[in-house]
Amino acid sequence: MSDSLIKPRIERPPLSEVIEAKAPLFLVPVLMLIGLLAIGSGSTWLTLTAAGLAMGMMIFIMASGLTVIFGLMDVINFGHGAFISLGAFAGFTILGLLGGWIESPSIALNLGAVLLAVAFAMLVTGLAGYGFERLIVKAVYGQHLKQILVTMGGLVVTQQLIYVIWGPDEIVLARPTAFQGSFVVLGAAIEKYRVLAIAIGLALFVAMRLVLSRTRIGLLVRAGVQNGEMVEALGYPIQKLFLAVFMVGCALAGLGGVMWGLYQETITAHMGAEVMISVFIVVIIGGLGSIEGCFIGAMLVGLLTNYTGFLIPKLALVSTILLMGAVLMWRPQGLYPVVKAH
Amino acid sequence: MMMKLLSGDSPRSKMLSAVLLLILFGLMFAPFLFPGTRSLDTAARICIFIVLVASYDLLLGYTGVVSFAHTMFFGIGAYGTALALVNMGASYSAIVLGTVCGALVAGAFAFVIALFSLRVKAIFFAMMTLAVASAFLVLISQLSGITGGEDGLSYRIPREMTPAFKLIKEKVLGVRLNGKLITYYVVFFSSLCLFLVLLRMVNSPFGRVLQAIRENAFRAEAIGYKVVRYRSVATILSAVMAALAGSLMAIWLRYTGPATTLSMDIMVDILLMVVIGGMGSMYGAVIGAVLFLLTQSYLQDLLGILQESLGSLPVVSDVVSPERWLLWLGILFICSIYWFPKGVVGRLRGT
Repeated sequence: MSDSLIKPRIERPPLSEVIEAKAPLFLVPVLMLIGLLAIGSGSTWLTLTAAGLAMGMMIFIMASGLTVIFGLMDVINFGHGAFISLGAFAGFTILGLLGGWIESPSIALNLGAVLLAVAFAMLVTGLAGYGFERLIVKAVYGQHLKQILVTMGGLVVTQQLIYVIWGPDEIVLARPTAFQGSFVVLGAAIEKYRVLAIAIGLALFVAMRLVLSRTRIGLLVRAGVQNGEMVEALGYPIQKLFLAVFMVGCALAGLGGVMWGLYQETITAHMGAEVMISVFIVVIIGGLGSIEGCFIGAMLVGLLTNYTGFLIPKLALVSTILLMGAVLMWRPQGLYPVVKAH
Repeated sequence: MMMKLLSGDSPRSKMLSAVLLLILFGLMFAPFLFPGTRSLDTAARICIFIVLVASYDLLLGYTGVVSFAHTMFFGIGAYGTALALVNMGASYSAIVLGTVCGALVAGAFAFVIALFSLRVKAIFFAMMTLAVASAFLVLISQLSGITGGEDGLSYRIPREMTPAFKLIKEKVLGVRLNGKLITYYVVFFSSLCLFLVLLRMVNSPFGRVLQAIRENAFRAEAIGYKVVRYRSVATILSAVMAALAGSLMAIWLRYTGPATTLSMDIMVDILLMVVIGGMGSMYGAVIGAVLFLLTQSYLQDLLGILQESLGSLPVVSDVVSPERWLLWLGILFICSIYWFPKGVVGRLRGT
């Protein structure tokens, strides 16, 4: 008994726990390495990796809105896909009007056309998000079952409205001249548009993190994620915050829609619902409500889809499901579970 | 006797009883009342979808679990029967074997999915099933060596079940008694039996526990019912029922493909049928399926007439064009979730 002196001491977490906490950060490099070993050829791998990252970035843009909306308001919008399609159609309408700008060889005009299209698409989807939140989501906050059903109904109606406005046919549009073709780096062909997509995705990720960590609005959003009632009790209009975040989320879906449409060069009213499969997988892998998790998840899904698409084409989508299963076995709540105070 | 057949769950409303009886007699004598290939096909589809929608209601309405993988199970059943008929030739043993195997595989799939995701929130389960079902659809479309890919499988069924087989030479009430008629009654009576089994299930003590879980999972757990286990069993049972409905579809159509069994459009249709008919009541499935499939076949005609009469108005005539029938059902769907969550059945019961 005599040698059981009680000393105050600050325990350091053992190394294994530190690694465990940071482990998701290593997933992307590890997957890239496995991809390199499986594919063998360096230049093919580089092309596929660029394609995978570009795809991941675009999925991230679409998924980020969904996951933030969930984190803050506890709402999963199954109609998110409709906003992706809506954004694509709105953007393509502008691009169609600016046909001369797109075909001209000047990069400035090309970029101007794309920026205008993106701005218009985000405006349209943001406003549509306003209507969606007021008409459809507002009445069912806190009731998950009804939310799923109602937003699914919203998806059906919005898809049909797209048919009414733009007609039932798909729209085909070539990318602006400046973004056609590819660079050759180290013997690997990398499409120019993919570089643009990666740049935009990265910029958005950094911007979102800065807004969330450095601004007052970001502080409110983070506080709302942890404990919405407390934010409300402190006198902040949480309903307005919900509405604003919902509109931003929908606008991001619109941005993603335009980019995805330019990537595929074809758009249909169903495209949003199709991409949503990958978006859901990404959001589940990342942990519902977490932007960092969503980003890592999107990279993983993008890379894996492209690697397996090259190695075993038939299993491209199934492999992402298996990835989801593996991640959930390791971390049942996703890579970065969002901690709620209640 | 009647009450025993219905497992003590009577329609509890004169209007509803009348409508249900009308549907029952309509379907029972469909070949004689509405002669013609198209209407017989609609009637058979209604029978099959009643089972499919009722089995989905077991999950959504009674247990409070939203799954988007129901068409996957429907498809597994259909492909099971189809593959058996393709590989073993047109025999009854192939039908039985395929149906049983399809149901077993569907149950096993449901078990795995339940194992993975029923412990978490409803939203999670919904997203997960959506992803898995879509991946399954893509996989089936791509494994064209086995499943026929996008084109699907066409096959022959035993001769007694085809139009070529004549029971008697004369027409009865102006209808030829051929193999197609026999198949229709096979579908009809199988659907009726499956429906009564489902009714039995939800009115058993097991069904009561499911409803308790739907109302308050936490309290059900506290009383001592293992919520995850009950939810898993409900998922598996509903998957097996859906697979059996799929087998009926495969026999009726003599064709199985992704578009008729697995597509997400059918999933949305099922959702609309359950909600519009009335969640949490097996009779809702009957009403929903009949209403939806009749609308699908005949609202388009009505909208066509409406569009012609409106003629030149630019936007309005697009909105009422026959192809936009789903728009109107979608709006009805949203309205029914808000204002009459018990659906048509709830209205008819006056609750």
